[in-house]
Amino acid sequence: MNTHDIFQLVFYVVTLTLLSVPLGIYMADVYENKKTFLTPIVQPMEKLIYRLCSVDAAAEMHWKRYAMAMMIFNGMGLLAVYFLQRTQGMLPLNPQALPGVSPDSALNTAISFASNTNWQGYSGEQTMSYLTQMLGLTVQNFVSAATGMAVLAAFMRAFARQSTDLIGNFWVDLVRSICYVLLPLALVLSLALVSQGVVQTFNPFSEYTPIESIKDAKGEQVSKPMIALGPAASQVAIKQLGTNGGGFFNVNSSHPLENPTPFSNYLEVLSILLIPAALCWTFGRMVGAIRQGAVIFISMSFVFLVALLICSISEGSGNPLFHQFMNLASITNMEGKEVRFGVFLSTLWATATTVASNGSVNSMHDSLLPVAGMMPMLMMQLGEVIFGGVGSGLYGMIVFALITVFIAGLMVGRTPEYLGKKIESFEVKMASIIILIPPALVLIGTAVAVSLDAGVSSLCNHGAHGFSEILYAFSSAGNNNGSAFAGLNANTPFYNYALGIAMFYARFWLAVPVLAIAGSIAGKKTVPQGAGTLPTDTVLFVILLISVVIIFGALTFFPALALGPIVEHLQMIFKK
Amino acid sequence: MTKLTLQSFLVLMVFTILTGVIYPVTVTMIAQATFAYQANGSLIKSADGKVIGSELLGQQFSDAKYFFSRPSSTAPFAYNAAGSAGSNLGPTNADLFKQMGARIEHLQPEAGQKVPVDLVTASASGLDPHISPEAAIFQIDRIAKARNLDSAKVRTLVDQFVEQPQMHLFGEPRVNVLKLNIALDGLK
Repeated sequence: MNTHDIFQLVFYVVTLTLLSVPLGIYMADVYENKKTFLTPIVQPMEKLIYRLCSVDAAAEMHWKRYAMAMMIFNGMGLLAVYFLQRTQGMLPLNPQALPGVSPDSALNTAISFASNTNWQGYSGEQTMSYLTQMLGLTVQNFVSAATGMAVLAAFMRAFARQSTDLIGNFWVDLVRSICYVLLPLALVLSLALVSQGVVQTFNPFSEYTPIESIKDAKGEQVSKPMIALGPAASQVAIKQLGTNGGGFFNVNSSHPLENPTPFSNYLEVLSILLIPAALCWTFGRMVGAIRQGAVIFISMSFVFLVALLICSISEGSGNPLFHQFMNLASITNMEGKEVRFGVFLSTLWATATTVASNGSVNSMHDSLLPVAGMMPMLMMQLGEVIFGGVGSGLYGMIVFALITVFIAGLMVGRTPEYLGKKIESFEVKMASIIILIPPALVLIGTAVAVSLDAGVSSLCNHGAHGFSEILYAFSSAGNNNGSAFAGLNANTPFYNYALGIAMFYARFWLAVPVLAIAGSIAGKKTVPQGAGTLPTDTVLFVILLISVVIIFGALTFFPALALGPIVEHLQMIFKK
Repeated sequence: MTKLTLQSFLVLMVFTILTGVIYPVTVTMIAQATFAYQANGSLIKSADGKVIGSELLGQQFSDAKYFFSRPSSTAPFAYNAAGSAGSNLGPTNADLFKQMGARIEHLQPEAGQKVPVDLVTASASGLDPHISPEAAIFQIDRIAKARNLDSAKVRTLVDQFVEQPQMHLFGEPRVNVLKLNIALDGLK
């Protein structure tokens, strides 16, 4: 890292922090149904939506009904995306006349977008019609993000309440997340992106005559080369803001028409962490103690920065195997990177997109050096709780906070309490389910895939790096991230189904127990802090929380990582 | 249960229209009104109105009189602007080194000349419009020879096309190959 990189990093961290505070406080007002500066404009639309959908906004729900509403709504969205893809060949707004998507790929993509993973087994510009991109994928980008935010809103509300079995209204939380937060931000961001050169048009692909005529592999002239276009900016904006990550084009935000300039790159990478970071302050505000939010924000930022430094410094040191070429000017690893971003902005993105469960990319992670590539993998394996998905990251982190007070309670014989609520066996059981499911999906999935021909035959790279490709895929799906070591050809029935299952359970088997905790917590009385209470707004708690997250992740995944990136790193440094 | 199902359906319909139709159409209308050039792909047209490319998308150049772009891994031909792709070769993959070796050989560096690494490694998108300033400078002598031009003249042109970090802060110095080559053709 040189001084130029450090300036960019400082600018990024400072602007992210400064923007996250007002946005977080604004979102607290949104979820507490207070008047905001957008209320005069948005409220008429909001009320119209409730009327059209026969929603009684004042009626709150029990956690079971809340969970039920979430499941039915997401299930229906999943089916809609599936059938849209299957029938797109017969539907309008398909200027390239793309055929319907295969059943396994369509199912995978439907789960992927409904679960806020946005894993892509397909190539965007060669598979999805403009109609599918808009009605299917863009819509899910909004509603899956809003689902995560809604579940979090209910969860935060539960800590702020006592002695009630009501945690809010799912429809209200969903509608308000979209109308007050996601939609206004996406509108502004998409236009800013267009100004930088991200395309936004309904015109078909543009034919062009390049300066030198194009020859294909057989030496024959390609008669009609095309430039892929489409309504990309509107989708890119929400894919960044909603921790979705599914690109309009195959190579996602490394595509020059999806991320044309270093400034568009700044806006996009800022948007990855903006809402997840802001929600920390929302949490502090809603539970009536901003320091509680600050503790979470600082813990997340610390892990993020350490991971970023490791990734960036390791990648910046270059590939020692390049020394075999005597007349190469440097050993910088530019394979899979764009010149306008260089090494630092590529690693900044790789870390941000994996601490958050975004999963968009601006470089090819598969071509990262072993240690640099291990950091994105590890950040996903920590359970997507370092910022994480919008909503889902913070509720995951609060679950880790519950585990932390529980462990601390066991060590010193104190009653575990968090924010004045006693943490008892029900909460700890649910929390255990929540933190155990993703590692199980990742490790079992990887083990199955490496044992089957169907799993191994998709590899692009072999040996230790091949193992990393598979481990990365399941880490990504099993934690709803969506980024990939993209050399793995995942558009096969085996991977489409296996990763589809992982994505589905990683999302909904976690969201439902989270709501169960919310229901239980809301029912408890808030007890005043006593001498036996472990304060959760101190530096000590930051250290404890980070330790629990890291130790749990490291213990679970060290053996698997040792077989992949760690072995490859050793091979690399000893082979030269 | 029935009520929730009905509400799910209605909410999904409403948001399909709001975020799936109204939102992208609104963005398109504003974008076309304010940034039409960018929104349509930053297309460069020749004097007779034919589209010759996008200033944001790289093109393949193999003639010695042009600056070469970076290697591209798109299929079925390099710089396929309708099918972006990276190589995804890992950092210890023997194929990567085989390809890099062949590319260095193809560039024919003179004794003591060092090849900039971005000229022999494939970009992420396969459509990278840029090369590093060093990669442009590396090619000056070849181009001056092929075009019977003074090296200094080509060097001046390259210097004009070096883009510094955006707003002095973001990104890396770079040269847009397509724009440089168009300017090169206009050089007398």
